[in-house]
Amino acid sequence: MDRLLSPTSGKRHLLLGNEAIVRGALEAGLAFATCYPGTPSSEVPDTLYRLKKQYPDKVQYYFEYSTNEKVALECGAGAAVAGLRTLVTMKHVGLNVAADPLMTLAYTGVNAGMVILTADDPSLFSSQNEQDNRFYARLSGMPMLEPSSPSELKEMTKYAFDLSEELKTPVLLRTTTRVNHAREPVTFGRLGKVKTTGEFVKAPMNYVTVPAVSRNLHLRLLKVYDQAQAISERSPWNRIVGRGRWGIVTSGVSVNYVLDALDELGAKNQVKVLCLGQSWPLPEKKIARFLKSVEKVLVVEELEPVLENALRAIAQEKGIGVEIVGKSRKHPAKSVDIEPPKFLSRAFEYNPRLVRQAIAKTFGLDYTAPKPVSTKGLPPLPGRPPNLCPGCPHRATYYAVKEVVGSEAIFPTDIGCYTLGLLPPIQMADFLICMGSSVSSAGGLARATGKKVVAFIGDSTFFHSGITGLVNAVHNNHNFTLVILDNGTTAMTGHQPHPGVDTAKLGDSTTHIDIETLVRGLGVQHVTTIKPLKTRAAIKAIQEAVDYQGVSVVISRELCPLFARRVAPKRYRPFRVVEDKCKGHLDCINKVACPAMYLEDGKARINPNLCIGCALCAQICPENAILPVKEAS
Amino acid sequence: MKTQRIVNVGVGGQGNLLASNLLGLAAVDAGVPVMVSEIHGMAQRGGVVESAVILGGATSPIVAEGEADILVSFEPVETLRLLAKCNRDTIVITNTRPLPPFTVAIGMAPYPDVEAGLKLVGRRVGQLVAFDGQALAEEAGNPLSLNMVMLGALFARGGLEVPVRAIKKMIRTHTKERFVPSNLKAFDLGFKYAQAA
Repeated sequence: MDRLLSPTSGKRHLLLGNEAIVRGALEAGLAFATCYPGTPSSEVPDTLYRLKKQYPDKVQYYFEYSTNEKVALECGAGAAVAGLRTLVTMKHVGLNVAADPLMTLAYTGVNAGMVILTADDPSLFSSQNEQDNRFYARLSGMPMLEPSSPSELKEMTKYAFDLSEELKTPVLLRTTTRVNHAREPVTFGRLGKVKTTGEFVKAPMNYVTVPAVSRNLHLRLLKVYDQAQAISERSPWNRIVGRGRWGIVTSGVSVNYVLDALDELGAKNQVKVLCLGQSWPLPEKKIARFLKSVEKVLVVEELEPVLENALRAIAQEKGIGVEIVGKSRKHPAKSVDIEPPKFLSRAFEYNPRLVRQAIAKTFGLDYTAPKPVSTKGLPPLPGRPPNLCPGCPHRATYYAVKEVVGSEAIFPTDIGCYTLGLLPPIQMADFLICMGSSVSSAGGLARATGKKVVAFIGDSTFFHSGITGLVNAVHNNHNFTLVILDNGTTAMTGHQPHPGVDTAKLGDSTTHIDIETLVRGLGVQHVTTIKPLKTRAAIKAIQEAVDYQGVSVVISRELCPLFARRVAPKRYRPFRVVEDKCKGHLDCINKVACPAMYLEDGKARINPNLCIGCALCAQICPENAILPVKEAS
Repeated sequence: MKTQRIVNVGVGGQGNLLASNLLGLAAVDAGVPVMVSEIHGMAQRGGVVESAVILGGATSPIVAEGEADILVSFEPVETLRLLAKCNRDTIVITNTRPLPPFTVAIGMAPYPDVEAGLKLVGRRVGQLVAFDGQALAEEAGNPLSLNMVMLGALFARGGLEVPVRAIKKMIRTHTKERFVPSNLKAFDLGFKYAQAA
């Protein structure tokens, strides 16, 4: 039995932040969960999926990987309006996709606890931006909770369901990477009772948001705000720690940096800290009292000066003359790798050293930071960028497309492993802003330039948000080729299923949707499905597709080798370079650069422990010098 | 209780996250306050993987520049890359067997003279324990047990509050059954080597 399903309370278990969310939801009696995966949120749905699959008799909630975040939120809204406790999870940029239902779901409200996880990613460990989703609480009017650690995450998730039910409104649970991906001992509570069947009571004047209804609902939302604010004023999650004549206001993971720093600076009796865990609506009265009680206050928050600006407004309104110190424009962050920010900046995540220094400087405390040792005299270090895996079919598709259109074509790309096609020697990624943008931007790029455009999108991303762009392209007579890289899974975020996966392989009872049938149904006239590792045939099919005037689609179908190892294991037969045949053209290295290849004395070699025998290099070697290990020996 | 900040660094596939997780579990078992943090994402695709274990009660999940008490590195170039995490008192424990990044393999960049680099490290930090941990993993009968070798060395030299029996218990209960004997052997080999070094 998995510890996350343990019925006993009181025990402590080392949990990842994302596992703590799952346990908190189970203790709250979770009945319904939807998601779209994305780092740093993915382990929440992955854990729910795994538990459901391993213990179908013990687990009572319904779970699905939805096609995108908007769908996940809308599906969850249906369940919550019908009275089921519901969890919807996504990464920060996912909430942009779900922003439309979010804004009006705040108007209708829900009839059972509904929690929406938005996992932010300061410093962009694996994201396209580092937007601050605390603004979504302000934009939508939904209450927001910001835990600082895995154990708080578990408690707050549980509390969020109760709060949501009390206010009849969804609650946003906002985390950052360092909270999602931290592990600490978490004390378990009892598992909650699950109400698995809901009832929908028709009330169109509350739920059908035509203007006449929504005018009333907006007033309802404002009342909810007042109620939520009253709760926030007395919430134990908005707590004051320590005492002193100076103050710090902080939230999220920064709470840890601040409290550790005061400990290390020996300043616990000089500086008191207002930790805002229930951070929207702000407890304005509590904040005003805090501001009045100190001589100087420092705001420690990652990303945008959201709390800082609110504090300034409260101080102005109440006529409080306290000095407020926050983000400084004098010290802009330059580079996250080379030089961490020197003072509290708007870019990138904070760290204990930075926060300690900021506190010491603000309050004139005596502090000398331990000096990092000098890196002078170290040799230049080779980079270690992530790379497409040995045998990755994306590499073969990129090779074939480049053979046809060269490097001069424009390559809009999308979000997935294949974004690594950005790196040399492939270098076939020219424009990317969000999921699905490859398809839609291709039309604009082709019309604006008149150049050949080949767009790349993965199978999961295509289902997520490529379909509407493709309909648009067909309808408006755009001219480009779309390559759908169908590796049968959502590889980048950890091999989650999507509508196009072979459900039989996974043993899931979901329904498979065939991409080629779908694409033809959307009205695309030129559609071909290729096997990218059959190089010659692939090149021929791609040539025909790019020669076609209008929208053409090439579906490049081959299982992700990491995924295949799990669902359809087979014996690999590595290849080797036959030394007396190799003339050192190095096409294998210069054109495809598989991590199983290396150079030795100017000639290509293959590491048999890494090679999985995809035979791409063997097909492009002009001397036929690459053969399977057995044949060659 | 003294706070100890431990940084583990390695390359995707070397088992660095498992090592941090086992240390975290052992700390819980022994009643030592612990916070573990890790960066997921690109680990499977040959990139650098870094994790941190903070023992003794501090709750900040990351270790800043100059603030690692112990740096455990599974690959020598990565030791050099993270040197700025260390200060003059830091204990550096490193595997010396290179795992050349792909950029080196295809001739885009040279692999540096790590021996000279590590000599420099040794002069600047508190202690340097540098050894061919990969050879010990192979001696233990499982080339993938480098993470256990490095854990052994960490327990020999780190002065941790977590006792050896706690980590061995976790290796027994939380690694794959058929690898337990080789994992324990790898741990012991790393421990013995580092203790004598």
